Amino acid sequence: MKIRAVALNTFKEAIRDRILYLLLFFAVVSLVLSRLLSLLTVGDKIKIIMDAGLSSISIFGVLMAILMGTGLVYKEIDKKTVYTLLSKPINRNQFILGKFLGLIITLFIMLAVMTAIFIIIILLHSGTISWKLFVSLGFIFLELCLITSVALLFSCFSTPILSSIFSLSFYLIGHLSWGMETLIKKITPGISKILTQVVYTLLPDLENFNFKTEVVHNLPIPPKVFLFSLFYGITYTFFILMLSMLVFRKRDFI
Amino acid sequence: MPEEKALEIKDLHKSFKSGLLGKKINVLKGISLEVKKGEIFGYLGPNGAGKTTTLKCILGLLFPDRGTINILGSDHLSIKSKEKTGFLPENPYFYDYLTASEFLNFYSQLFHKQKTEDINKLLELVGLKKHSHTQLRKFSKGMLQRIALAQALLNDPELVLLDEPLGGLDPIGRKEIRDIILSLKERGKTVFLSSHILQDIEMICDRVAILVNGSLANQGRLDELVSQEILFTEITVSKISRKELEKFGKTLTYFGNKSFMKIYDQDKVDEILQLVKEKNGTIHSLVPRTQTLEDIFVGMVKKK
Ligand SMILES: Nc1ncnc2c1ncn2[C@@H]1O[C@H](COP(=O)(O)OP(=O)(O)OP(=O)(O)O)[C@@H](O)[C@H]1O
Ligand SMILES: [Mg+2]
Repeated sequence: MKIRAVALNTFKEAIRDRILYLLLFFAVVSLVLSRLLSLLTVGDKIKIIMDAGLSSISIFGVLMAILMGTGLVYKEIDKKTVYTLLSKPINRNQFILGKFLGLIITLFIMLAVMTAIFIIIILLHSGTISWKLFVSLGFIFLELCLITSVALLFSCFSTPILSSIFSLSFYLIGHLSWGMETLIKKITPGISKILTQVVYTLLPDLENFNFKTEVVHNLPIPPKVFLFSLFYGITYTFFILMLSMLVFRKRDFI
Repeated sequence: MPEEKALEIKDLHKSFKSGLLGKKINVLKGISLEVKKGEIFGYLGPNGAGKTTTLKCILGLLFPDRGTINILGSDHLSIKSKEKTGFLPENPYFYDYLTASEFLNFYSQLFHKQKTEDINKLLELVGLKKHSHTQLRKFSKGMLQRIALAQALLNDPELVLLDEPLGGLDPIGRKEIRDIILSLKERGKTVFLSSHILQDIEMICDRVAILVNGSLANQGRLDELVSQEILFTEITVSKISRKELEKFGKTLTYFGNKSFMKIYDQDKVDEILQLVKEKNGTIHSLVPRTQTLEDIFVGMVKKK
Protein backbone atom coordinates (compact mmCIF):
# COMPACT_ATOMS: atom_id res chain seq x y z
CA MET A 1 0.00 0.00 0.00
CA LYS A 2 2.73 2.46 1.01
CA ILE A 3 4.98 1.14 -1.73
CA ARG A 4 2.15 1.56 -4.19
CA ALA A 5 1.62 5.18 -3.14
CA VAL A 6 5.28 6.02 -3.68
CA ALA A 7 5.35 4.08 -6.96
CA LEU A 8 2.30 5.90 -8.29
CA ASN A 9 3.74 9.27 -7.37
CA THR A 10 7.02 8.37 -9.04
CA PHE A 11 5.12 7.30 -12.12
CA LYS A 12 3.18 10.58 -12.14
CA GLU A 13 6.41 12.50 -11.98
CA ALA A 14 8.14 10.37 -14.61
CA ILE A 15 5.44 10.70 -17.24
CA ARG A 16 5.70 14.47 -16.92
CA ASP A 17 9.37 14.38 -17.81
CA ARG A 18 10.12 15.78 -21.25
CA ILE A 19 13.24 13.61 -21.64
CA LEU A 20 10.96 10.60 -21.82
CA TYR A 21 9.07 11.94 -24.81
CA LEU A 22 12.19 13.14 -26.50
CA LEU A 23 13.65 9.64 -26.30
CA LEU A 24 10.37 8.12 -27.38
CA PHE A 25 10.37 10.41 -30.40
CA PHE A 26 13.89 9.38 -31.37
CA ALA A 27 12.99 5.74 -30.88
CA VAL A 28 10.10 6.11 -33.30
CA VAL A 29 12.30 7.93 -35.80
CA SER A 30 14.81 5.15 -35.51
CA LEU A 31 12.15 2.47 -36.03
CA VAL A 32 10.91 4.20 -39.14
CA LEU A 33 14.48 4.59 -40.38
CA SER A 34 15.08 0.89 -40.04
CA ARG A 35 12.18 0.36 -42.39
CA LEU A 36 13.69 2.77 -44.91
CA LEU A 37 17.09 1.19 -44.48
CA SER A 38 15.66 -2.18 -45.40
CA LEU A 39 14.59 -0.78 -48.78
CA LEU A 40 18.20 -0.14 -49.71
CA THR A 41 19.38 -3.63 -49.03
CA VAL A 42 19.17 -6.73 -51.05
CA GLY A 43 18.12 -9.93 -49.38
CA ASP A 44 15.72 -10.53 -46.57
CA LYS A 45 14.30 -7.12 -45.75
CA ILE A 46 12.29 -8.30 -42.77
CA LYS A 47 15.48 -9.41 -41.06
CA ILE A 48 16.91 -5.91 -41.28
CA ILE A 49 13.68 -4.42 -39.93
CA MET A 50 13.65 -6.86 -37.04
CA ASP A 51 17.30 -6.48 -36.21
CA ALA A 52 17.45 -2.69 -36.36
CA GLY A 53 14.04 -2.36 -34.70
CA LEU A 54 14.86 -4.49 -31.67
CA SER A 55 18.16 -2.70 -31.27
CA SER A 56 16.46 0.69 -31.32
CA ILE A 57 13.89 -0.36 -28.75
CA SER A 58 16.60 -1.74 -26.51
CA ILE A 59 18.92 1.25 -26.75
CA PHE A 60 16.27 3.91 -26.25
CA GLY A 61 14.74 1.91 -23.43
CA VAL A 62 18.11 1.76 -21.72
CA LEU A 63 18.62 5.50 -22.20
CA MET A 64 15.22 6.12 -20.59
CA ALA A 65 16.07 3.84 -17.69
CA ILE A 66 19.41 5.52 -17.08
CA LEU A 67 18.41 9.14 -17.55
CA MET A 68 15.28 8.81 -15.42
CA GLY A 69 16.63 6.29 -12.94
CA THR A 70 19.65 8.32 -11.92
CA GLY A 71 17.39 11.17 -10.82
CA LEU A 72 15.01 8.97 -8.89
CA VAL A 73 16.40 9.25 -5.38
CA TYR A 74 18.73 12.16 -6.00
CA LYS A 75 15.87 14.52 -6.84
CA GLU A 76 13.96 13.63 -3.69
CA ILE A 77 17.00 14.43 -1.58
CA ASP A 78 17.98 17.49 -3.56
CA LYS A 79 14.51 18.98 -3.41
CA LYS A 80 14.13 17.93 0.21
CA THR A 81 10.85 16.14 -0.41
CA VAL A 82 12.45 13.18 1.30
CA TYR A 83 12.35 15.02 4.66
CA THR A 84 8.61 14.85 5.00
CA LEU A 85 8.18 11.61 3.09
CA LEU A 86 10.52 9.64 5.33
CA SER A 87 9.16 11.22 8.49
CA LYS A 88 5.95 9.39 7.70
CA PRO A 89 5.59 5.78 8.83
CA ILE A 90 7.30 4.31 5.80
CA ASN A 91 10.64 2.62 6.04
CA ARG A 92 13.50 3.34 3.73
CA ASN A 93 13.29 -0.03 1.97
CA GLN A 94 9.68 0.61 1.06
CA PHE A 95 10.69 3.98 -0.30
CA ILE A 96 13.40 2.45 -2.51
CA LEU A 97 11.06 -0.25 -3.78
CA GLY A 98 8.36 2.32 -4.50
CA LYS A 99 10.75 4.48 -6.50
CA PHE A 100 11.96 1.42 -8.42
CA LEU A 101 8.49 0.14 -9.25
CA GLY A 102 7.31 3.61 -10.26
CA LEU A 103 9.95 3.82 -12.94
CA ILE A 104 9.41 0.21 -14.00
CA ILE A 105 5.75 0.96 -14.66
CA THR A 106 6.77 3.96 -16.74
CA LEU A 107 9.31 1.95 -18.72
CA PHE A 108 6.80 -0.83 -19.28
CA ILE A 109 4.37 1.62 -20.84
CA MET A 110 7.08 3.17 -23.00
CA LEU A 111 8.17 -0.27 -24.13
CA ALA A 112 4.57 -1.12 -24.96
CA VAL A 113 4.24 2.02 -27.09
CA MET A 114 7.47 1.29 -28.97
CA THR A 115 6.45 -2.33 -29.45
CA ALA A 116 3.09 -1.31 -30.89
CA ILE A 117 4.75 0.93 -33.44
CA PHE A 118 7.29 -1.76 -34.22
CA ILE A 119 4.61 -4.35 -34.81
CA ILE A 120 2.70 -2.03 -37.09
CA ILE A 121 5.83 -1.52 -39.15
CA ILE A 122 6.40 -5.27 -39.40
CA LEU A 123 2.80 -5.96 -40.35
CA LEU A 124 2.89 -3.23 -42.98
CA HIS A 125 5.73 -5.12 -44.53
CA SER A 126 3.46 -8.16 -44.50
CA GLY A 127 5.77 -9.93 -42.16
CA THR A 128 4.39 -12.34 -39.64
CA ILE A 129 4.82 -11.92 -35.93
CA SER A 130 6.48 -14.82 -34.21
CA TRP A 131 6.11 -15.52 -30.49
CA LYS A 132 9.89 -15.34 -30.32
CA LEU A 133 9.62 -11.60 -30.87
CA PHE A 134 7.84 -11.33 -27.55
CA VAL A 135 10.45 -13.45 -25.82
CA SER A 136 13.07 -11.08 -27.11
CA LEU A 137 11.06 -8.03 -26.01
CA GLY A 138 10.48 -9.64 -22.63
CA PHE A 139 14.20 -9.93 -22.10
CA ILE A 140 14.73 -6.34 -23.19
CA PHE A 141 12.31 -5.45 -20.41
CA LEU A 142 14.19 -7.60 -17.93
CA GLU A 143 17.39 -5.85 -18.94
CA LEU A 144 15.68 -2.50 -18.38
CA CYS A 145 14.73 -3.63 -14.87
CA LEU A 146 18.34 -4.47 -14.14
CA ILE A 147 19.64 -1.19 -15.60
CA THR A 148 17.02 0.72 -13.59
CA SER A 149 18.15 -0.93 -10.38
CA VAL A 150 21.76 -0.03 -11.20
CA ALA A 151 20.83 3.59 -11.95
CA LEU A 152 18.86 3.67 -8.70
CA LEU A 153 21.81 2.32 -6.75
CA PHE A 154 24.12 5.06 -8.03
CA SER A 155 21.39 7.62 -7.54
CA CYS A 156 21.43 6.82 -3.81
CA PHE A 157 24.84 8.35 -3.33
CA SER A 158 25.86 10.41 -6.31
CA THR A 159 24.71 13.11 -8.69
CA PRO A 160 22.69 12.31 -11.81
CA ILE A 161 25.57 13.06 -14.18
CA LEU A 162 28.01 10.80 -12.41
CA SER A 163 25.37 8.13 -11.95
CA SER A 164 24.56 8.25 -15.64
CA ILE A 165 28.20 7.74 -16.53
CA PHE A 166 28.46 4.82 -14.10
CA SER A 167 25.26 3.21 -15.33
CA LEU A 168 26.20 3.64 -18.97
CA SER A 169 29.56 2.02 -18.24
CA PHE A 170 27.76 -0.84 -16.57
CA TYR A 171 25.66 -1.25 -19.69
CA LEU A 172 28.61 -1.14 -22.09
CA ILE A 173 30.78 -3.46 -20.01
CA GLY A 174 27.81 -5.77 -19.66
CA HIS A 175 27.54 -6.11 -23.42
CA LEU A 176 31.24 -6.61 -24.02
CA SER A 177 32.08 -8.96 -21.18
CA TRP A 178 30.94 -12.07 -23.08
CA GLY A 179 34.20 -11.83 -25.03
CA MET A 180 35.98 -12.91 -21.89
CA GLU A 181 34.23 -16.27 -22.04
CA THR A 182 36.04 -17.07 -25.25
CA LEU A 183 39.22 -15.72 -23.77
CA ILE A 184 38.97 -18.07 -20.79
CA LYS A 185 38.73 -21.07 -23.08
CA LYS A 186 42.00 -20.10 -24.73
CA ILE A 187 44.01 -19.44 -21.59
CA THR A 188 45.99 -22.39 -20.27
CA PRO A 189 44.88 -23.50 -16.81
CA GLY A 190 46.60 -21.62 -14.02
CA ILE A 191 46.31 -18.57 -11.88
CA SER A 192 45.55 -16.23 -14.77
CA LYS A 193 42.71 -18.45 -15.91
CA ILE A 194 41.17 -18.43 -12.45
CA LEU A 195 41.54 -14.66 -12.18
CA THR A 196 39.91 -14.09 -15.55
CA GLN A 197 37.13 -16.44 -14.53
CA VAL A 198 36.56 -14.46 -11.31
CA VAL A 199 36.49 -11.13 -13.13
CA TYR A 200 34.09 -12.54 -15.72
CA THR A 201 31.75 -13.82 -13.03
CA LEU A 202 31.73 -10.49 -11.24
CA LEU A 203 31.13 -8.44 -14.36
CA PRO A 204 27.59 -8.27 -15.63
CA ASP A 205 26.90 -10.21 -18.80
CA LEU A 206 23.99 -8.49 -20.45
CA GLU A 207 24.31 -10.54 -23.62
CA ASN A 208 22.32 -13.11 -21.67
CA PHE A 209 19.29 -10.95 -22.46
CA ASN A 210 20.00 -10.73 -26.15
CA PHE A 211 17.64 -12.96 -28.11
CA LYS A 212 17.76 -10.90 -31.26
CA THR A 213 19.56 -13.49 -33.37
CA GLU A 214 17.06 -16.15 -32.44
CA VAL A 215 14.19 -13.91 -33.54
CA VAL A 216 15.78 -12.57 -36.70
CA HIS A 217 17.02 -15.91 -38.00
CA ASN A 218 14.21 -17.89 -36.46
CA LEU A 219 16.52 -20.14 -34.47
CA PRO A 220 15.26 -22.31 -31.63
CA ILE A 221 15.50 -20.96 -28.09
CA PRO A 222 16.72 -23.77 -25.83
CA PRO A 223 14.65 -23.89 -22.61
CA LYS A 224 17.87 -24.11 -20.61
CA VAL A 225 19.17 -20.82 -22.01
CA PHE A 226 15.79 -19.19 -21.55
CA LEU A 227 15.52 -20.24 -17.92
CA PHE A 228 19.11 -19.32 -17.16
CA SER A 229 18.66 -15.81 -18.58
CA LEU A 230 15.44 -15.35 -16.65
CA PHE A 231 17.08 -16.49 -13.43
CA TYR A 232 20.16 -14.36 -14.09
CA GLY A 233 18.12 -11.19 -14.69
CA ILE A 234 15.85 -11.59 -11.70
CA THR A 235 18.63 -12.49 -9.26
CA TYR A 236 20.91 -9.73 -10.46
CA THR A 237 18.18 -7.09 -10.21
CA PHE A 238 17.22 -8.35 -6.78
CA PHE A 239 20.83 -8.24 -5.64
CA ILE A 240 21.36 -4.66 -6.85
CA LEU A 241 18.10 -3.57 -5.20
CA MET A 242 19.27 -5.09 -1.91
CA LEU A 243 22.54 -3.22 -2.30
CA SER A 244 20.66 0.07 -2.86
CA MET A 245 18.65 -0.51 0.29
CA LEU A 246 21.82 -1.20 2.22
CA VAL A 247 23.45 1.99 0.94
CA PHE A 248 20.32 3.98 1.67
CA ARG A 249 19.66 2.55 5.10
CA LYS A 250 22.22 4.59 7.02
CA ARG A 251 22.34 7.63 4.83
CA ASP A 252 22.16 11.06 6.47
CA PHE A 253 19.94 13.62 4.75
CA ILE A 254 21.77 16.88 5.08
CA MET B 1 1.91 8.66 38.85
CA PRO B 2 4.80 10.03 36.83
CA GLU B 3 3.93 12.56 34.22
CA GLU B 4 4.01 11.01 30.77
CA LYS B 5 6.61 12.15 28.32
CA ALA B 6 5.87 12.86 24.70
CA LEU B 7 9.51 13.25 23.76
CA GLU B 8 12.66 12.38 25.60
CA ILE B 9 16.14 13.13 24.30
CA LYS B 10 19.18 11.89 26.18
CA ASP B 11 22.74 13.01 25.57
CA LEU B 12 22.37 13.66 21.86
CA HIS B 13 25.59 14.20 19.93
CA LYS B 14 25.91 14.87 16.22
CA SER B 15 28.89 15.87 14.15
CA PHE B 16 29.40 16.45 10.46
CA LYS B 17 32.48 15.68 8.44
CA SER B 18 33.44 18.53 6.23
CA GLY B 19 35.76 18.62 3.28
CA LEU B 20 37.96 15.89 1.94
CA LEU B 21 40.14 15.80 5.02
CA GLY B 22 37.11 14.92 7.06
CA LYS B 23 37.49 17.57 9.69
CA LYS B 24 34.79 16.97 12.26
CA ILE B 25 32.39 19.74 13.19
CA ASN B 26 30.49 19.09 16.38
CA VAL B 27 27.04 20.50 15.90
CA LEU B 28 25.19 18.96 18.83
CA LYS B 29 27.18 18.48 21.98
CA GLY B 30 25.08 16.48 24.38
CA ILE B 31 21.47 17.60 24.34
CA SER B 32 19.09 16.21 26.93
CA LEU B 33 15.52 17.34 27.23
CA GLU B 34 12.04 16.15 28.00
CA VAL B 35 8.76 17.30 26.58
CA LYS B 36 5.70 16.47 28.62
CA LYS B 37 2.44 15.38 27.08
CA GLY B 38 0.10 18.22 26.28
CA GLU B 39 2.52 21.11 26.41
CA ILE B 40 3.88 23.49 23.83
CA PHE B 41 7.63 23.34 24.03
CA GLY B 42 9.73 26.07 22.46
CA TYR B 43 13.16 25.20 21.12
CA LEU B 44 15.00 28.46 20.89
CA GLY B 45 18.36 29.33 19.49
CA PRO B 46 20.20 31.74 17.23
CA ASN B 47 20.88 30.85 13.58
CA GLY B 48 23.14 27.86 13.27
CA ALA B 49 22.64 26.72 16.86
CA GLY B 50 21.57 23.25 15.76
CA LYS B 51 17.78 23.36 16.00
CA THR B 52 17.13 21.84 12.60
CA THR B 53 19.83 19.26 13.20
CA THR B 54 18.10 18.20 16.41
CA LEU B 55 14.76 17.88 14.65
CA LYS B 56 16.28 15.84 11.84
CA CYS B 57 17.79 13.50 14.41
CA ILE B 58 14.42 13.10 16.11
CA LEU B 59 12.85 12.16 12.78
CA GLY B 60 15.55 9.72 11.79
CA LEU B 61 16.71 11.81 8.84
CA LEU B 62 20.11 12.11 10.46
CA PHE B 63 21.77 9.45 12.54
CA PRO B 64 23.21 10.81 15.79
CA ASP B 65 26.72 9.86 16.89
CA ARG B 66 25.51 9.16 20.37
CA GLY B 67 22.37 9.44 22.48
CA THR B 68 18.84 8.09 22.56
CA ILE B 69 15.55 9.56 21.47
CA ASN B 70 12.16 8.35 22.61
CA ILE B 71 8.82 9.37 21.20
CA LEU B 72 5.71 8.55 23.26
CA GLY B 73 7.48 5.60 24.81
CA SER B 74 8.80 4.01 21.61
CA ASP B 75 12.11 4.35 19.85
CA HIS B 76 12.05 7.33 17.49
CA LEU B 77 12.81 5.21 14.42
CA SER B 78 9.92 2.84 14.96
CA ILE B 79 6.94 2.89 12.66
CA LYS B 80 4.77 3.05 15.75
CA SER B 81 6.21 6.38 16.83
CA LYS B 82 6.00 7.78 13.32
CA GLU B 83 2.31 6.93 13.13
CA LYS B 84 1.80 9.37 16.00
CA THR B 85 4.11 12.13 14.86
CA GLY B 86 3.74 15.03 12.46
CA PHE B 87 6.61 17.10 11.09
CA LEU B 88 6.86 20.45 9.38
CA PRO B 89 10.36 21.12 7.99
CA GLU B 90 11.91 24.56 7.61
CA ASN B 91 11.52 26.09 4.16
CA PRO B 92 9.24 23.28 3.06
CA TYR B 93 9.17 22.18 -0.54
CA PHE B 94 7.03 19.51 -2.11
CA TYR B 95 6.29 17.68 -5.35
CA ASP B 96 5.46 20.73 -7.40
CA TYR B 97 3.49 18.89 -10.07
CA LEU B 98 0.82 17.78 -7.61
CA THR B 99 -2.16 19.86 -6.58
CA ALA B 100 -2.69 20.56 -2.90
CA SER B 101 -5.33 17.86 -2.52
CA GLU B 102 -3.47 15.31 -4.64
CA PHE B 103 -0.44 15.88 -2.47
CA LEU B 104 -2.29 15.39 0.81
CA ASN B 105 -4.00 12.38 -0.64
CA PHE B 106 -0.63 10.83 -1.54
CA TYR B 107 0.78 11.39 1.94
CA SER B 108 -2.32 10.09 3.69
CA GLN B 109 -1.73 6.74 2.00
CA LEU B 110 1.54 6.40 3.88
CA PHE B 111 -0.25 5.90 7.17
CA HIS B 112 -1.33 2.51 8.24
CA LYS B 113 -4.48 3.50 9.99
CA GLN B 114 -7.31 4.70 7.85
CA LYS B 115 -8.14 7.26 10.47
CA THR B 116 -6.45 10.06 8.59
CA GLU B 117 -8.00 13.49 8.73
CA ASP B 118 -10.42 14.69 6.13
CA ILE B 119 -8.34 16.44 3.49
CA ASN B 120 -10.88 19.15 2.76
CA LYS B 121 -11.18 19.98 6.43
CA LEU B 122 -7.42 20.23 6.75
CA LEU B 123 -7.19 22.52 3.74
CA GLU B 124 -9.84 24.69 5.28
CA LEU B 125 -8.03 24.73 8.62
CA VAL B 126 -4.85 26.07 7.07
CA GLY B 127 -6.74 28.47 4.83
CA LEU B 128 -6.05 26.85 1.48
CA LYS B 129 -9.52 25.68 0.61
CA LYS B 130 -9.77 27.67 -2.58
CA HIS B 131 -6.39 26.39 -3.70
CA SER B 132 -7.09 22.70 -3.31
CA HIS B 133 -6.77 22.21 -7.08
CA THR B 134 -3.79 24.49 -7.57
CA GLN B 135 -0.45 22.89 -8.41
CA LEU B 136 2.09 23.33 -5.66
CA ARG B 137 4.51 24.95 -8.12
CA LYS B 138 2.20 27.94 -8.13
CA PHE B 139 2.22 28.28 -4.34
CA SER B 140 3.82 31.25 -2.60
CA LYS B 141 6.17 30.77 0.31
CA GLY B 142 3.44 31.36 2.85
CA MET B 143 1.10 28.98 1.07
CA LEU B 144 3.80 26.29 1.08
CA GLN B 145 4.20 26.83 4.80
CA ARG B 146 0.46 26.27 5.21
CA ILE B 147 0.32 23.12 3.11
CA ALA B 148 3.34 21.89 5.05
CA LEU B 149 1.40 22.34 8.26
CA ALA B 150 -1.54 20.51 6.75
CA GLN B 151 0.61 17.50 5.84
CA ALA B 152 2.04 17.50 9.35
CA LEU B 153 -1.47 17.17 10.77
CA LEU B 154 -2.70 14.50 8.34
CA ASN B 155 -2.56 11.66 10.84
CA ASP B 156 -4.05 13.64 13.73
CA PRO B 157 -0.66 13.29 15.48
CA GLU B 158 -0.06 13.15 19.21
CA LEU B 159 3.27 14.91 18.85
CA VAL B 160 3.76 17.69 16.34
CA LEU B 161 7.30 18.77 15.50
CA LEU B 162 7.52 22.15 13.84
CA ASP B 163 10.69 23.74 12.49
CA GLU B 164 10.17 27.50 12.21
CA PRO B 165 6.40 27.15 11.74
CA LEU B 166 5.87 30.88 11.36
CA GLY B 167 8.63 31.45 8.83
CA GLY B 168 7.59 33.17 5.62
CA LEU B 169 4.17 34.20 6.89
CA ASP B 170 2.59 37.63 7.01
CA PRO B 171 1.24 38.98 10.33
CA ILE B 172 -2.23 37.60 9.71
CA GLY B 173 -0.80 34.25 8.70
CA ARG B 174 1.33 34.19 11.83
CA LYS B 175 -1.67 34.75 13.98
CA GLU B 176 -3.68 32.07 12.20
CA ILE B 177 -0.94 29.49 12.56
CA ARG B 178 -0.40 30.44 16.21
CA ASP B 179 -4.09 29.88 16.79
CA ILE B 180 -3.89 26.47 15.14
CA ILE B 181 -0.96 25.55 17.38
CA LEU B 182 -2.89 26.67 20.44
CA SER B 183 -5.93 24.69 19.34
CA LEU B 184 -3.72 21.60 19.06
CA LYS B 185 -2.78 22.07 22.68
CA GLU B 186 -6.44 22.42 23.61
CA ARG B 187 -7.06 19.05 22.01
CA GLY B 188 -4.37 17.53 24.20
CA LYS B 189 -1.64 17.35 21.57
CA THR B 190 2.00 18.00 22.29
CA VAL B 191 3.82 20.58 20.21
CA PHE B 192 7.58 20.94 19.90
CA LEU B 193 8.52 23.99 17.89
CA SER B 194 11.79 25.59 17.00
CA SER B 195 12.19 29.26 16.37
CA HIS B 196 14.54 32.15 16.70
CA ILE B 197 11.71 34.59 16.97
CA LEU B 198 11.22 35.19 20.66
CA GLN B 199 7.88 36.90 20.43
CA ASP B 200 6.24 33.84 18.92
CA ILE B 201 7.64 31.57 21.56
CA GLU B 202 6.79 33.93 24.38
CA MET B 203 3.22 34.11 23.23
CA ILE B 204 2.41 30.42 23.05
CA CYS B 205 4.99 28.22 24.75
CA ASP B 206 4.68 26.65 28.18
CA ARG B 207 8.29 25.66 28.46
CA VAL B 208 11.37 26.52 26.50
CA ALA B 209 14.90 25.30 26.01
CA ILE B 210 17.57 27.66 24.79
CA LEU B 211 20.15 26.14 22.49
CA VAL B 212 23.39 27.98 21.94
CA ASN B 213 26.21 26.54 19.89
CA GLY B 214 25.00 22.98 20.16
CA SER B 215 24.38 22.77 23.87
CA LEU B 216 21.44 23.75 26.02
CA ALA B 217 22.07 26.97 27.88
CA ASN B 218 18.87 26.87 29.84
CA GLN B 219 15.49 25.21 29.98
CA GLY B 220 12.39 25.45 32.04
CA ARG B 221 8.97 27.00 32.41
CA LEU B 222 8.74 30.35 30.73
CA ASP B 223 7.54 32.04 33.91
CA GLU B 224 10.42 30.54 35.86
CA LEU B 225 13.06 31.51 33.36
CA VAL B 226 11.76 35.00 33.07
CA SER B 227 11.69 36.45 36.58
CA GLN B 228 8.73 38.64 37.40
CA GLU B 229 10.97 41.06 39.27
CA ILE B 230 10.75 44.63 38.09
CA LEU B 231 13.97 45.70 36.44
CA PHE B 232 13.14 49.38 36.07
CA THR B 233 10.21 51.71 35.62
CA GLU B 234 9.66 54.06 32.73
CA ILE B 235 7.84 57.26 33.61
CA THR B 236 6.69 60.12 31.42
CA VAL B 237 5.64 63.33 33.17
CA SER B 238 5.05 66.98 32.28
CA LYS B 239 4.74 70.31 34.08
CA ILE B 240 7.64 69.48 36.39
CA SER B 241 10.88 71.43 36.05
CA ARG B 242 13.88 69.57 34.81
CA LYS B 243 15.94 70.60 37.71
CA GLU B 244 13.69 68.83 40.12
CA LEU B 245 13.68 65.68 38.06
CA GLU B 246 17.43 65.55 37.69
CA LYS B 247 17.97 64.45 41.25
CA PHE B 248 16.23 61.14 40.50
CA GLY B 249 18.70 60.07 37.89
CA LYS B 250 20.48 61.05 34.74
CA THR B 251 18.51 58.92 32.30
CA LEU B 252 16.38 61.77 31.11
CA THR B 253 15.11 62.66 27.69
CA TYR B 254 12.85 65.48 26.77
CA PHE B 255 10.46 65.80 23.93
CA GLY B 256 8.23 68.83 23.85
CA ASN B 257 7.11 69.61 27.33
CA LYS B 258 7.29 65.96 28.42
CA SER B 259 10.12 64.33 30.29
CA PHE B 260 10.89 60.66 30.03
CA MET B 261 13.01 58.73 32.51
CA LYS B 262 14.09 55.28 33.51
CA ILE B 263 14.09 54.64 37.25
CA TYR B 264 15.91 51.63 38.62
CA ASP B 265 15.12 52.20 42.28
CA GLN B 266 11.55 51.34 43.25
CA ASP B 267 11.54 53.79 46.22
CA LYS B 268 12.35 56.67 43.90
CA VAL B 269 9.27 55.90 41.85
CA ASP B 270 7.12 56.64 44.88
CA GLU B 271 9.05 59.84 45.50
CA ILE B 272 8.43 61.01 41.96
CA LEU B 273 4.73 60.26 42.25
CA GLN B 274 4.69 62.28 45.45
CA LEU B 275 6.47 65.16 43.75
CA VAL B 276 4.11 65.18 40.79
CA LYS B 277 1.16 65.28 43.13
CA GLU B 278 2.59 68.20 45.11
CA LYS B 279 3.52 70.26 42.04
CA ASN B 280 0.27 69.51 40.20
CA GLY B 281 2.16 67.84 37.38
CA THR B 282 0.75 65.26 34.96
CA ILE B 283 1.75 61.63 34.59
CA HIS B 284 1.44 60.42 31.01
CA SER B 285 2.69 56.92 31.51
CA LEU B 286 4.20 54.66 34.10
CA VAL B 287 5.45 51.31 32.87
CA PRO B 288 7.21 48.79 35.11
CA ARG B 289 9.54 46.65 33.00
CA THR B 290 10.06 43.01 33.90
CA GLN B 291 12.67 40.77 32.34
CA THR B 292 11.79 39.44 28.88
CA LEU B 293 12.83 36.29 27.15
CA GLU B 294 14.89 38.51 24.91
CA ASP B 295 16.99 39.68 27.87
CA ILE B 296 17.70 36.09 28.82
CA PHE B 297 18.34 35.04 25.26
CA VAL B 298 20.77 37.86 24.53
CA GLY B 299 22.46 37.22 27.86
CA MET B 300 22.93 33.52 27.10
CA VAL B 301 24.22 34.03 23.59
CA LYS B 302 26.68 36.69 24.77
CA LYS B 303 27.97 34.52 27.59
CA LYS B 304 28.80 31.71 25.20
N1 LIG C 1 25.82 18.96 6.35
C1 LIG C 1 26.47 19.78 7.15
N2 LIG C 1 27.82 19.80 7.14
C2 LIG C 1 28.49 20.62 7.95
N3 LIG C 1 27.91 21.43 8.83
C3 LIG C 1 26.59 21.45 8.89
C4 LIG C 1 25.79 20.63 8.07
N4 LIG C 1 24.49 20.86 8.35
C5 LIG C 1 24.48 21.79 9.30
N5 LIG C 1 25.74 22.15 9.64
C6 LIG C 1 26.10 23.14 10.65
O1 LIG C 1 25.43 22.83 11.83
C7 LIG C 1 25.06 24.00 12.50
C8 LIG C 1 23.62 23.90 12.92
O2 LIG C 1 22.80 23.91 11.80
P1 LIG C 1 21.22 23.92 11.94
O3 LIG C 1 20.65 23.92 10.56
O4 LIG C 1 20.82 22.81 12.83
O5 LIG C 1 20.95 25.30 12.65
P2 LIG C 1 19.56 25.97 13.09
O6 LIG C 1 19.60 26.12 14.55
O7 LIG C 1 18.43 25.23 12.51
O8 LIG C 1 19.67 27.40 12.43
P3 LIG C 1 18.57 28.32 11.71
O9 LIG C 1 17.90 29.10 12.77
O10 LIG C 1 19.37 29.20 10.82
O11 LIG C 1 17.65 27.43 10.96
C9 LIG C 1 25.38 25.15 11.59
O12 LIG C 1 26.53 25.80 12.08
C10 LIG C 1 25.66 24.52 10.27
O13 LIG C 1 26.68 25.21 9.61
MG1 LIG D 1 16.99 25.64 11.22
